[in-house]
Amino acid sequence: MSDIKDIIKEENLVYKKTKVLTDNVMHYCPGCSHGVVHKLIAEVIEEMGIQEKTIGISPVGCSVLAYNYLDIDWQEAAHGRAPALATAVNRLYPEKYVFTYQGDGDLASIGTAEIIHACNRGENIVVFFINNAIYGMTGGQMAPTTLPGMPTSTSPYGRDVKTTGQPLVITELIAQLPGTNYVTRQAVHTPAAVRKCKKAIRKAFENIGQKKGTSFIEVVATCNSGWKLNPVKSNEWMVENMFPVYKPGDLKDE
Amino acid sequence: MAEYKLMKGNEVIAEAAIRCGCDAYFGYPITPQSEILETLTLRQPWLETGMVVLQAESEVAAINMVYGGAACGKKVMTSSSSPGISLKQEGITYLAGAELPCLVVNVVRGGPGLGTIQPAQSDYFQAVKGGGHGDYKLIVLAPASVQEMNDFVDLGFELSFKYRNPAMILSDGVIGQMMEKVKLSPVKPRWTDEEVIKLNGSWATTGKTADRPRNVATSLELDSARQEQFNHKLQAKYKEIQEKEVRFEKIACDDAEYLFVAYGSSSRICQKAIDLAREKGIKVGLLRPITLFPYPTKAIQEMAEKVKGILTVEMSAGQMVEDVRLAVNGKVKVEHFGRFGGMIPSPNEVVKALEDLIIKG
Repeated sequence: MSDIKDIIKEENLVYKKTKVLTDNVMHYCPGCSHGVVHKLIAEVIEEMGIQEKTIGISPVGCSVLAYNYLDIDWQEAAHGRAPALATAVNRLYPEKYVFTYQGDGDLASIGTAEIIHACNRGENIVVFFINNAIYGMTGGQMAPTTLPGMPTSTSPYGRDVKTTGQPLVITELIAQLPGTNYVTRQAVHTPAAVRKCKKAIRKAFENIGQKKGTSFIEVVATCNSGWKLNPVKSNEWMVENMFPVYKPGDLKDE
Repeated sequence: MAEYKLMKGNEVIAEAAIRCGCDAYFGYPITPQSEILETLTLRQPWLETGMVVLQAESEVAAINMVYGGAACGKKVMTSSSSPGISLKQEGITYLAGAELPCLVVNVVRGGPGLGTIQPAQSDYFQAVKGGGHGDYKLIVLAPASVQEMNDFVDLGFELSFKYRNPAMILSDGVIGQMMEKVKLSPVKPRWTDEEVIKLNGSWATTGKTADRPRNVATSLELDSARQEQFNHKLQAKYKEIQEKEVRFEKIACDDAEYLFVAYGSSSRICQKAIDLAREKGIKVGLLRPITLFPYPTKAIQEMAEKVKGILTVEMSAGQMVEDVRLAVNGKVKVEHFGRFGGMIPSPNEVVKALEDLIIKG
C-alpha cells in the first residue's frame, strides 16, 4: 500500500481550487447553491484572465458577504440596489467586467425597479439571480418567488396566492426587455447542470467583452435550511416543485 | 480672463460640475431643481469632457448610482429637492458608512410631505443631524448666492475627497431659481483613470491588481466590537472636520448690540434688515454660517459675549435655532423668527421680529 503522501504530487493533480476563490471559510449552509455558483464565477474569471478587470456588486441577503470569497474588487450595495451601482460602474469603467449577484428578495422584491430599468437600458453587465424562493439570511421568510402553498416563517400555513399573489416569474419579464441580450435559467444540482451553468456564465462574461448589453442568469437554487430539508432532499424538491414554475433553459440568446 | 455670466443658481450647479472635472451626474426630475439635469443634458458634457449624465428611474436609483460611481474613486454627484432628498437618505447613510466621497445638492422646498414647490429651509435637521440611520455626519455647505452655488461645487468635492465623506450643498428654491452675475470657475480636466488609481487606489474599486489586496466598498461590519471601532474612527473624522473646516461670514458685527444668525437666502434678507434697523438706530449685525456642519459654534459663542440678544431667521419653524442656543448656552436671549411652508420673510418683518422678540421682549 502506498502512503497518501506519495500520491499528493504535482503530476497527479487533476483539479484544484481557482486562485480567484479566497481561502476564507464560507458561511453558507452545507448544501446551499451559493458556494457552487461562487466557484463557477471564480473559475470563469480566472480562465478568461479578467481578475483585474472584474468588479462585483454584492447584495443584501445570504450573499451579502460574497466579497469575502472572490478575490476581486467589490461594492456592497443596499438591499435591491445592486443594478444601480453596476450602472454607474459600467458607465464610468466601460472596459471593466461588472456583475451583480442578487437573491430573489433583493432582485425580485425590493429591487424590482432597479433591475427592470438597468436591463431596459441594456447596461453592459452580467446579472446573477439566485432564486431559492425564500429569504435565507433573515431566517426563511416568504419571497416573491415562494411557491403557492409553500410554508415559510411568514406564510406558516403556506403561501396564500389570494392574498400574496402568484410567484413573480421575473426572468420571463426581463427576457422581454430589449436591453437584454442573453437570458437563461440554470441550476447546479447535478454535475451536468453545474457544467451547463458554467458555460452560461462564460458566455455571459464574454458578452460583456462584446458589448452586447445585459446578460441575465437565473440560478434556481436550494435553501435546505429554509426549506427544512436535507441537501439531497432539497435537490429533489427543487426538481419536483421549482422546475415546473421556473423552467430551466435559455429564454433569450441573441 | 475671468468669465462672467448671468445665470440661475440651478444652471450654475450644472456648469460648475462640468468645469470642476465632475465624472458623473445621476438625477431625477423634481421642482425646483430640474434645471440642473436639464442644463446638463442640453450642454452634453459627455462630448466635451466625457462626463456621464444619466436620468435615473428614481431618486433611490440615482443615489445608488452615485454610490457605485463614488466607490470607483470618481467625482460623482446628484441633486434633488426635499421629497427626493428624503428618498436618497438610505443611499446617503450607506455612502457615509462606506466612507465614500460624493456631492449631493438639495434645493429645498417647503414640506412636510409633498408640501409645496416654493422655497424653504426646513431640511436643516435632515441635512445636519443625520437624515438617514446611524451616527454619521455630512459636510454641509449653505450657499447664499448664485456665486456660491458655483464655488461650492468644487469646494464640496474637495472636502468630500479630503475626508472621504459625502458633502451636501443645502440650497433652497430662492437660490436655485434666482439669477445673478457669476464668475465661472476655470476649467479643470477630469482625472484620468491613472490619476484615480494614484489618488484613490488605496480604497476605490478600480480593478484588483496583483500588487494590492482587493478593495471592497461596504458599510457592513457584523462584529460589534469592530463596528464600534469603526464608529470611533468616524467620530474622530467628524471632530477633525469640526476643528478645521468651519466657515462663516460676519457682517456689521463690529459695533453690533444685537445679532442675526441666518444662512442661505435668509441671510440675504437679514442683510437688508440690517440696513433698515440701522436707519432706526438699532445696531444689529449678521453671523452667516457657511458650513452648517461643521457649525460655527465658537464664533457664535464669541458674539454672545458681546451682544444683548440674538435672533435666528430661518424659513422653517425653528431648526438651526437649536444649534445657536446650544452654542450660546443661556448667555443671552436667543429667539427664532421664521416663515415657512414656502413663504419668504420680508426685511421689515425681520426688523419687527427683532424689536418684538429681542429688544422689547
